[in-house]
Amino acid sequence: MTKNRRTVFSGVSAIAPNGSTTKEFWDATLNGVSGIGPISTFDASGYPVRLAGQVADFAPRDSIDGRLMVQTDRWTQLGLVAAARALEDAEIDPAALDEYDMSVITATSSGGNEFGQREIQKLWDKGARYVGPYQSIAWFYAATTGQISIRHGMKGACGVLVGEQAGGLDALGQARRALVDDATTVVSGGTDAPLGPYALACHVSSRLLTERQDPVRAYRPFDAEADGYVAGEGGAIFILEAEDTVRARDAGPGYGVLAGYAATFDPRPGSGREPGLRRAIVRALADARVDPSEVDVVFADGLGVPEADRAEAEAISAVFGARRVPVTVPKCLVGRLHAGGAPLDVAMALLSIRDSVIPGTPSLGELAPGIDLDVVRETRQATVRTALVLARGFEGFNAAVVIRSV
Amino acid sequence: MSDWGAVVTGVGVVAPGAVGRAAYWDLLTAGRTATRGITLFDAAGFQSRIAAEVDFDPAAAGLTPHEVERMDRSAQFAVVAAREALADAGLEPGQTDPERVGVSIGSAVGCTTRLEDEYVMVSDSGKNWEVTPEFATDHLYRALIPSTLAVEVAWTAGAEGPTTVVSTGCTSGLDAVGHGVQLISEGAADVVIAGATDAPISPITVACFDAIGATSRNNEDAAHSSRPFDRDRDGFVLGEGSAVLVLESREHAARRGAHGYAEIIGFAQRSNAYHMTGLKPDGLDMAEAIEIAMRRAGITPDMISYVNAHGSGTAQNDRHETAAVKKALGEAAHRVPVSSIKSMIGHSLGAIGALEVAACALAIETDTVPPTANLQHQDPALDLDYVPLAARKNVNDIVLSVGSGFGGFQSAMLLARPGLASRK
Repeated sequence: MTKNRRTVFSGVSAIAPNGSTTKEFWDATLNGVSGIGPISTFDASGYPVRLAGQVADFAPRDSIDGRLMVQTDRWTQLGLVAAARALEDAEIDPAALDEYDMSVITATSSGGNEFGQREIQKLWDKGARYVGPYQSIAWFYAATTGQISIRHGMKGACGVLVGEQAGGLDALGQARRALVDDATTVVSGGTDAPLGPYALACHVSSRLLTERQDPVRAYRPFDAEADGYVAGEGGAIFILEAEDTVRARDAGPGYGVLAGYAATFDPRPGSGREPGLRRAIVRALADARVDPSEVDVVFADGLGVPEADRAEAEAISAVFGARRVPVTVPKCLVGRLHAGGAPLDVAMALLSIRDSVIPGTPSLGELAPGIDLDVVRETRQATVRTALVLARGFEGFNAAVVIRSV
Repeated sequence: MSDWGAVVTGVGVVAPGAVGRAAYWDLLTAGRTATRGITLFDAAGFQSRIAAEVDFDPAAAGLTPHEVERMDRSAQFAVVAAREALADAGLEPGQTDPERVGVSIGSAVGCTTRLEDEYVMVSDSGKNWEVTPEFATDHLYRALIPSTLAVEVAWTAGAEGPTTVVSTGCTSGLDAVGHGVQLISEGAADVVIAGATDAPISPITVACFDAIGATSRNNEDAAHSSRPFDRDRDGFVLGEGSAVLVLESREHAARRGAHGYAEIIGFAQRSNAYHMTGLKPDGLDMAEAIEIAMRRAGITPDMISYVNAHGSGTAQNDRHETAAVKKALGEAAHRVPVSSIKSMIGHSLGAIGALEVAACALAIETDTVPPTANLQHQDPALDLDYVPLAARKNVNDIVLSVGSGFGGFQSAMLLARPGLASRK
């Protein structure tokens, strides 16, 4: 029985609006450099929302051939590039491994929406004959997992989980299950690119996006002036391996361990029952056999919507006590990346462990009334052995993971 | 047999030609087909103008106007199927700790119909790339993110445990049910409301399959157009629908004396890492999934009573799948009945896997194998017993269901008669 062997992160690749490589993203984040700006990919002047976190210098053509480029949405291109870099980072050559031992498990929130919009436009503007042959494989939610599996010859159990922002953590939980079953190497995490004109219009209807136009003061989790969030694109892909696999191939020790995971769902609206986030935290800590006092930092979900921020603060305080654990929301620099957002937080947690540093939340001015958290404003040096990452998905999904040093 | 598993204690179905579990089994065992000319929209400009549509009246199915307004057709299907499954299981809200109830819903294309309908409105029928957000309805974000399918089912069941949408294309249904059994087996939940839903019969979906020639163009004979394993097949017929199951741990089901249709005893997934739509004729990766599922369930090929095939109605699939079953089951493959219910209810993408698991549970319950309808002239290259035209009585102790889909995903699930494991 191998159930208790640890799950190690041996490769990390982040692609974010404030840095299109892991290093650039991390440097920018530690220095408080924002990637949020006016929407540049289409004319958004007719939209109430004008800001987004866009990955500006992403050049997929450098590593994805032209044939594959035309078959894929930007969300899949982000995933393909991140997966290749994560394998490189882990020093893994998939061709040298048994193909059935490798799995791909990703999260998405809205699939290949820009590709889909282009094809639906052709259909309605010109006619059915103009819809291209790749619509059937590019926009559906499994496209990224499928393409990564094909590109690297990975024939183990593959998966795609959808839970809006929480889905990215569910994918990591699923990756751990695959390692318990029979996989030795799993490519996992999530990316999203929900900034096409139609996808953004859909998103506007949620009424959760801020209409502010000052990039620095737009998305302000836990702040007294919070009034919504900014949507962004990007995410992070990891290589997860069973600890004995990492040791056997004589690689480095890895970035950290996926020590605990739990997911819950909120009660029906109007039930008056407590939301599920606290339970997710408690269960993830129990799963990791970690006492709250051992947690060095919490990467919060930080929706930036007052009611949701209060609910999250209450859940954190209920577990840790008021102002007893450093809480940070560096995603204020990039926006919410949906299925890519929580994996990006996990990447930050792993890098925090590596570099003994906690990235800050520079958007924070004054804490909203009733929020009794120790929010890390400026990047600070600190030994990080154990990090908790939280994520919530639209209408009730909650997930938590505990990341520990190797 | 292994401890991994869960009991199916409730079944709810919204299928073409049959809303409700009883009507569904009646349709399948009678060998009736629900494929017809598309009525959901004007399909005149399309090459494939056939589908298996659900005659669905949301109000008659119990949905309020507000529910209809906020839900895509696929979510409506899932909620109606979930309500039937919960009632069938006799699982009253509040009877089980809501924190111990999870949800796992599969879907290949989510709320695509609603997304397309609204796109037409906000883009002036496709004229504008930059659309007009104020023309969007209040619930449009719920259509963009298919996670809302699981939200609706969780609200229906009052579930507060692990909740997710599994979206692995055409294996979504099998994979979502497999995920639900996994949640129970690892102790994360006692009950999981698991199943799948899709409502893809919209212009963009029909057009995208037209573009790759995947769907049948036998428009003149729509009722007989889904012809798996037949020499005259010419592609799959798009379907829609939902099946939702109540899965319980063996202990939880026994404690409340619940009726079990079947136990799910094995599941495995593999990928072909070959092509997004292509299948190699050797079927090796699907065979691998079947072999691992058998190993995990602790059974041997001769114990399998029935194979519920993927049987989509393409020549590529038929060769691939037949090779896989023969490779995995060996000699036993030639003694076991193999049938495709897609011959009757079409291929509802992500939903079909759950509809097939529901059919497997009912096959065990009634000791009946549903037929492969329209199988008049078996492809001479195929040499298994595909149960042509008429249902068959058969002692169904252990049933295998397989699925295959875009992205290269291959899944296999094993179901057994309740209590069989403990009798062995």
